[in-house]
Amino acid sequence: MTESANLITILWYTLAAFLTLAIFSFLYKDNPFYRLAEHLIVGISAGYWIAVLYHTSLKDLWLEPMARNFSSLFTPGGTVLQEIGLVITNVVPGILGLMMFMRFSSKLAWLSRWPIAFYLAITAGVALPLYLQSFTVRQMQASMINLSGSVRDIIGDIIIITGTISGLAYFYFSMEHKGMIGGVAKVGIWILMIGFGATFGYTVMSRISLLIGRFDFLIEWLRLLTSYATS
Amino acid sequence: MNDSSKISLWEKIMQVDRRWIYLTIGIFVFLPLLFKIGLPIFITKEVQAVYDRVDALPPGTLVMIPCEYDPATMAELRPLAHALFRHCFSKNLKIIATALQIEGVTLVKDDLTLIAAEYGKKHGEDYVFLGYKPYPAIVILNMGENFRKPFPRDYYGNELDSLPMMQGVINYSSCALIININATSGADYWINYANGRYKAPLALGVTAVMATDYYTFLASGQIFGLIGGLKGAAEYEKMIGQSGRAARAMDVQSIAHSVIVILIIIGNIAYFVSRGKMRGDGR
Amino acid sequence: MRREIPLLIVFMFGLFMIVQFFVPHRSFAYFYQEFNNWTIIIGIFTMVIGIGSLISVHAGKIKHKKSGWWYSLVTIVALFGMSGVGLIGGMENDLFLHLYRYGLSPVTATMFSLLAFFIASAAYRAFRARTVVATLLLASAVIVMLGRVPIGELMTSWLPGWLQLQNIADFLLEAPNVAAKRAIYIGVGLGVAAVSLKIILGIERTWLGGDGGR
Repeated sequence: MTESANLITILWYTLAAFLTLAIFSFLYKDNPFYRLAEHLIVGISAGYWIAVLYHTSLKDLWLEPMARNFSSLFTPGGTVLQEIGLVITNVVPGILGLMMFMRFSSKLAWLSRWPIAFYLAITAGVALPLYLQSFTVRQMQASMINLSGSVRDIIGDIIIITGTISGLAYFYFSMEHKGMIGGVAKVGIWILMIGFGATFGYTVMSRISLLIGRFDFLIEWLRLLTSYATS
Repeated sequence: MNDSSKISLWEKIMQVDRRWIYLTIGIFVFLPLLFKIGLPIFITKEVQAVYDRVDALPPGTLVMIPCEYDPATMAELRPLAHALFRHCFSKNLKIIATALQIEGVTLVKDDLTLIAAEYGKKHGEDYVFLGYKPYPAIVILNMGENFRKPFPRDYYGNELDSLPMMQGVINYSSCALIININATSGADYWINYANGRYKAPLALGVTAVMATDYYTFLASGQIFGLIGGLKGAAEYEKMIGQSGRAARAMDVQSIAHSVIVILIIIGNIAYFVSRGKMRGDGR
Repeated sequence: MRREIPLLIVFMFGLFMIVQFFVPHRSFAYFYQEFNNWTIIIGIFTMVIGIGSLISVHAGKIKHKKSGWWYSLVTIVALFGMSGVGLIGGMENDLFLHLYRYGLSPVTATMFSLLAFFIASAAYRAFRARTVVATLLLASAVIVMLGRVPIGELMTSWLPGWLQLQNIADFLLEAPNVAAKRAIYIGVGLGVAAVSLKIILGIERTWLGGDGGR
């Protein structure tokens, strides 16, 4: 971020640096500075969520369309059926959303099941065919290997098909892992462990990257301070 | 030094206070940042694939870059976002961006406007930032039918139809490709819904911790490219000829990884020596 | 009726969303988009409930002066302050942006950067080659850790291509890793389909509440 080193900018950067160091202080031990920064950010984060939800979502998708469609009911032009239909498409989700708040009432909590049911229906309904297609069918299709190409490709393809089958055998718990199934499952766990090892290696990379980001910021802060002090 | 004190040394090494390890890592990550080392970066096939695809697009083509990162993962994905935006703007491609991760909305907006300003690009003509809506899975599905359904207006409150860039742009079929920068499990939704249902050409830029999961989709052809973590961003920066933060961070990453491997080796030696002694003592 | 109506809702709308996948008619597409939009709107209210719960928990701590209640006061003041600035001033308001860039952003980033220290400590203390599978995991991790950074290429650049660390890491990621993750994803796809079907058909009812909706 390129900003001139004026006093206001320095003060904001210093606030950010103070909060950063307060969080880092947890590495030594839990302390009031860390707790203060943690609780402050929980509040700021929740406040940010409220503002974003209102400005980007509630206004756009519900309040403004509802105001527009209700007002069109009272203005000439358009068919009554169409206008009532538009109002219903605004009012129904609003009512379902407000029914969610019924969970705080002991008498009317059962009403909150309706919007939950609707949400589950939509998400389960779209997930079923698409997850089967993308995660299962397409992946099984890709496992039907074509033994051509370089030696590396052929060995890789053989490892993929045997590894996939043996990995699936490992996760099949309806039969005891003895005899041939046991042997195949053993190969499966070896393949899985190689995969998880690769994931761990990348996880280390990921975490170190995050730390590099923070140290970069602290160095930038120190540079800003020194450039302001020497100017 | 006799045997029992040697072993107690190894046991001490195994049981060292974790704060010394924190300090070691802190030093070996902080100090290299102060110096430029310049280790060479090698390009991988999966990142090259994304670069080649974007580079082959003629000027004026529409590219969708949905960004789902937030402050928690900005260190890894922000350099990639910058590199991608720079590549697209330098080739005069048009960008549609979203930020479907609620805490990343301002971050993505800042990144997009910063890079757009570098190239003199204007919102509404050269790029459009749609902003945020909750439930990414449903938003991704609805955008596949029409961008206007989940996003009647852009982030700044302009109706989409009023923006010159959005004339004739309906859904994913209007975009040449989608490069999703994602730090969440929402990458699965892009594969299942955007590519699975709407057959949109899709590449992913994900955090390193997620990257290994998506090689299988690369192998099956469901994604055409994969950029993993800061390493992937460094490769992309190299390919567009701009050495940025990611490239510099690779030097630090090399040193930090070496230190962690050394720590693992020391820990294992200490463990096996102690175990050998315990067996010898009949413990 | 307290459980029958929700079960009927889940069945009707769930079935519609499955059927519409196979029916390209315009009316199906219209209702599909509308129902998706309704889900987003309901989602907004759900998130508001989450924030309300947060306020309720911290307000309770302050009211009953529980240990550390002053931290809860900080949370509540920050919450109302930030939301007030954002709601009244808008998302492009300077103060709102500064609180995000110099407050929320650095703290969230730093919280997650602590994981670097924890993973190093965990690798040192717990990552042991005790068994064959643990050794495989360890070896794979070390190869990828070194092979995917520049130092790995430098260390083994003098070796033949197939022995160089970055090529071994590439092979690990493109073959055994793909096999492992593919097995997992095939299982996940079957699992998601099974659970979705159970929910739509009303076999899975835990979402109705502890008493199964009675």
